[in-house]
Amino acid sequence: MTAGYQIVVLGSVVPDPLQTLEPVATPQGPALKNEAMLPAVLDPWAAHALFEAANLAAKVPGSKVTLVSLGPKAKLQQVMMAVAQKVPLELVALDGPAGGFTDAHEVAVRLAAAVKALPGLDRGRLLLFGGWESASRGAGVTLQLVGERLEIHDQFQGVDQIAVQAGGALEILERVEGGKHQVSVVAGPPAVLGWATGSLPEPKNNPQIGMANMRQVMPALQRAPAAPVGTAGVEFLSVAVPKAQRETRIVKDASPDEIARELVEWISQD
Amino acid sequence: MASPAVNPALDALRTLPGDDVRQIMWRFADRYDVQMLVQSARQVARGPVARLVAAGGRNDHDWTPRKAELLAAYDASGITAAFMEPEEGGFISGPKNLALALAAFELAWVDAGAATGALAGFLGLSPIHEKGTPEQRRHYMSLAVPPKPGEERKTWRAAFALTEPIPYVGVDTGMLSGRIRVAEWQDGAEPVLQVEKRGRFITNMGFASFVTAAVDSGDPRIKGSCMVILEEGDPGTFDRGTPTRKLVHQLSSTTDPIFSLRVPASRIVGGYTVKDGVIVPNFDHSTIIEAVFRRTRVTVGVITAAKLLSAIEPVIRYQRNRFRGAEQAAPGSIRHDLGIQQREDALHRLVEVWATGEAAASLGLSTARLFDELDPLDRRKDALLAAQGIAGARATMKWMKLVERSALEYLDLAARPRGAADEARFRVLGADEMVRFALLDAQANVLCPATKLWDTGHGATVLREAVSLMGGYGITEDCPGFLGQKWMDSQLEATYEGPEAVQRRQLSVTMTAPLFLAQLRGWARELRHLASSHPGTGACALASAMELWLWTVTYLAGATDADGERLVQPARQGVSFKLADALAWLCASRAQILDAVALADGGAAALGDALPGTARFLADLCHVEAARAAGEVGRICAELVHGYNRHPAWDEEGRRACWSAVDAEALEGIVAGLAGCACDQVEGEHHPEKEGPCASCRGITDFARLRVKMDGCLTGAMLAKDRAAEALAHVMIPEALDYPA
Repeated sequence: MTAGYQIVVLGSVVPDPLQTLEPVATPQGPALKNEAMLPAVLDPWAAHALFEAANLAAKVPGSKVTLVSLGPKAKLQQVMMAVAQKVPLELVALDGPAGGFTDAHEVAVRLAAAVKALPGLDRGRLLLFGGWESASRGAGVTLQLVGERLEIHDQFQGVDQIAVQAGGALEILERVEGGKHQVSVVAGPPAVLGWATGSLPEPKNNPQIGMANMRQVMPALQRAPAAPVGTAGVEFLSVAVPKAQRETRIVKDASPDEIARELVEWISQD
Repeated sequence: MASPAVNPALDALRTLPGDDVRQIMWRFADRYDVQMLVQSARQVARGPVARLVAAGGRNDHDWTPRKAELLAAYDASGITAAFMEPEEGGFISGPKNLALALAAFELAWVDAGAATGALAGFLGLSPIHEKGTPEQRRHYMSLAVPPKPGEERKTWRAAFALTEPIPYVGVDTGMLSGRIRVAEWQDGAEPVLQVEKRGRFITNMGFASFVTAAVDSGDPRIKGSCMVILEEGDPGTFDRGTPTRKLVHQLSSTTDPIFSLRVPASRIVGGYTVKDGVIVPNFDHSTIIEAVFRRTRVTVGVITAAKLLSAIEPVIRYQRNRFRGAEQAAPGSIRHDLGIQQREDALHRLVEVWATGEAAASLGLSTARLFDELDPLDRRKDALLAAQGIAGARATMKWMKLVERSALEYLDLAARPRGAADEARFRVLGADEMVRFALLDAQANVLCPATKLWDTGHGATVLREAVSLMGGYGITEDCPGFLGQKWMDSQLEATYEGPEAVQRRQLSVTMTAPLFLAQLRGWARELRHLASSHPGTGACALASAMELWLWTVTYLAGATDADGERLVQPARQGVSFKLADALAWLCASRAQILDAVALADGGAAALGDALPGTARFLADLCHVEAARAAGEVGRICAELVHGYNRHPAWDEEGRRACWSAVDAEALEGIVAGLAGCACDQVEGEHHPEKEGPCASCRGITDFARLRVKMDGCLTGAMLAKDRAAEALAHVMIPEALDYPA
C-alpha cells in the first residue's frame, strides 16, 4: 500500500439521546416529535467508524478520510462544529431527512451515487466504513446495500479492530457470541466495514483541526444537493419507543456478594 | 401509530432554544470559528468541570491536582488559545470579545469558578495584549499558548495583580501601595528595578508563571505608576501566599501573594522612555487597567447570565416531577404530569427568571460584539492621532471633541428628513470611521458598566428566585444544575473587577455624555419603529420608559432639593446612582428585544415551521422584561423627581393649596363634579387624617404625563406573561441534564 487508503465513512445525525423521542405522524410521513428542533449528534455507531478511520489514516501515509452524510443540512452544520474538531476529514453532504423512518434502499441509492462521484475514486484503495448499527431506527442494512451497489463483496459487520499486515492484507476482528471475535484476513481494498464500538476513545476537540477542516466543510454544506429520500411507500401502522425500565433502590453498605447475587436473580427472572 | 398524530400548534414553543436559535440571536451564525469554540468549551464544562463539581471539588480552598487537571482540559480544547492570534498559536482572527464571552458563557453554565479560572489567564495577559510592546506581546503570547503536538514545553499561566491588602483593598484602583524603585542603573545599560507588591484576592496565583502587577513609583527616577511583568524565576521573593478562604468560585485559584523581585526595566508594560534621567513609563497603570477592564467586565456579566439561563431546565424538570411517585399523583393526572407547574405562581416566577436571563445574555453579548467592532477602530484612531502628531490627554480630548461634534451632527441628520445637501453630508459622516468610533465609544462607556452592574447585581437577586423555585433542594449540593452554588457565586461576580458602586460611579459620569444621550433618543425612536413592525415585544413600553428617563435626567440637571441644594453633583450618589440603575434596566431590555427581533427576522431558514412559536415565546419574554424595566424606571424616576421635595404640612402654606369645603360645595352646585378635582378639602381647623395636603405636580406635569403614558404602555404585559407561562408548562425538555449533578 503505497498511496494510502481512500476511507469513506457513511454516517449521519441522530437526536441527542437525552431527548424524549416520541414518534408522531406528520403530513410528510412518520417522524419524531419536534425532531427539527432537537439537538443532534453524529450517530454514535458512525462516530466509532469515523474515529477508527482517522486512526487508520494516521497510520498509513497518503490516506484520506471522507465523511459522506445524508441529513438535514442545518443539523449537519451544527454537528460538524464539534465533529470536525476531532479528526481530519473531508465532508460530502446530502441534504435530506435522517429521522430513522427513511427507507434504507432509497438512502443507499443516494449514498452509493455520492461515493461513486467522489473525485479520483480508486476502488483499489477504497474502504467503506460505517456503523454496524444506528442510534436512529436504522434497519442495520444501509451500509451493506451501499456496498452491494458499489459491487464491494468483502463485507464485515460488528468490526472492532482492523490491522494492516505486511503486504497490505487487512486483518479484521468481527464480534461473535460470548465476547469473542472472528478473525478474518482480506487481501486488501475494496472492503466494507460496519463498525461496532471499536476500541478508541472519542478524540478531544482540537480547534486547529477544526479550522483546517472547516475550509472544506462549510463549502461542502453550502453546495449540498437535495436528497429527498422517503419511506418507499411503506405505511407505518404502529411505532413505539422501546420502554425503558428503571428500578432503583438506594441501599447503603451492601456487600459486593449481595449485589452480585441480586443481579444474578434479576437476570434469571426471564 | 402508538402516539396519536401530533400537529404541533404553530405558535407554541416546542423545545428549549438550541444552538441554531442562539447563533442567530447572538449573531454568530456566520462564525464557525466561534461556534467551534462554543462546542469545545461546552464539552469541557459538561465533562471534566461538571464531574469535578459533582464529586465535591468545590469543597476545598486549595488548588488541588484535580482542579489543576482543568487547565489541561482548557488547553486541549482550545479555550486557552482562543485569546491568541493565529500567528501566536491561536485560531481566531481579529477581536475576540464575543468569542471569549461565549466561552465563559459555556463554562459558567456549569460552574462560574471554572469560567473565572479559564479567563483569569486572559486577564493577566490583557495588559500585554492591549498596551504591551510588540516584543512583549510576541514573547508572552507565545509562551502562554499551549504547545503544539510534538512540542516539549510548559504552558505559561498569567495572573493579574491589582488589588492590595488594607488600607487600599477595594477602595480605589487609582491608589497603590505597591512600589517600584531603581535598583541598579549602569551607564548605557538597561535599568534594573526592584518591585515590591502585595496582592489580595489574586486569581490564578496558585499556579501562575508570571504576573502583570500594578505599582507606583517609589523613586524620583521613575515617573508615576505603571504595570510591570513579574516572572516566577526572577531574583527575589515570588511568594504565592495563602489560599483565600472563598465561599464561592472554588474552581479558580485565589491567593494573597507577596512579591519582592528584581526585574529589568523592559518588563514595564508598554515600554518606557528616559527623560532627563527619569524613567517615564509609556502607560500609567490606570490607562492600562481601563483598557483591560473595559472589556473583561462584560464577560463577568455574561457569566451570571449563563447561570440564569442554565437554571431553566432543572427547574422545569423539578416542577414537573415534583409529585411523581406519590399515591395522590397517578400517572395521567394533572398533578402527575404538571406537578408544581399546575400553579400559576410557579410558572410566572420561572418566566421572570428566564426573561432576566435572556436580557442579561443579550446585554452582555451585544456589548461584547460592540467591542469587537470598536477595537479595530480604536487602534485606527491611535494610528491616526500618531500620524497627525497629536499626543497627550489634552490634545487628544480636543481632537475628540471635534469628532464628537461630527457624530452629533450625524445623529441629528439621521433623526430628520434630509434634503439633497443634507443627504450628501449624512453619507460622508456615515462613512467616517472616526465618527463611527465616537458613536460606539460613547455606547461602550455606558454598556460595559451597565452589563457588569445589571447582569451580576440584579442577576444575583433573580438567581435567588431560581433557587427558591427548587424548594429545599435548591440549597443542597445535590440540586440539579448546582443552583445553590451558582447563586452564591454570583455575589462574587457582582464584586470583582469593580463592585457595583464602581460601575454606578462610571455610569453616572458616562450616561450624561451628549453623544450617548443623543443615541439614547435614537434608541427610543428605533424601539417605536420596532413596536410597529414587531408588536408584542414591549418595545413601545420601553421607548416610553426611555423618554421618561431622558426627561428626568434633564429635569434633575436643573433641580434642587427642599433646601436649595443642587440634585446633580458628584457627591449626590443618591441621585446619580439611581439613574444609573434605571438606565441599566433600559439597556438590558433593549438588547433583549433586538435579539428577539433578529431571530424573528432571520430564523426562518434554520427553524422552519418552529420559528413562529419560538419567536412568539421570546417576544413574550421581552414584553415581560420591558414591563419590569418600565416599572423600575418609573419608580426610580418618580422617587427622584418627587422625593427631594418636602411634603406639605397642615400649616398656613399647605392649607392655601387646599379647597375649603364651603367653596367646594358652592362650586359643585355650579358645575356638578367639579369638587372631585380637589385633592384636599379643609373645613375650618379640620383636615383629612393624613400627613399633609397631597403634593402638587406643578412644574412637572410633563413628568406626570409621561409616567401615565408609560403605565398605559404596560397594556398586554401580563397577557404576555400568561402566554409564556403556558408555553413553559408544555415545552419539551430532555429526559435528564446533560451534565452530572
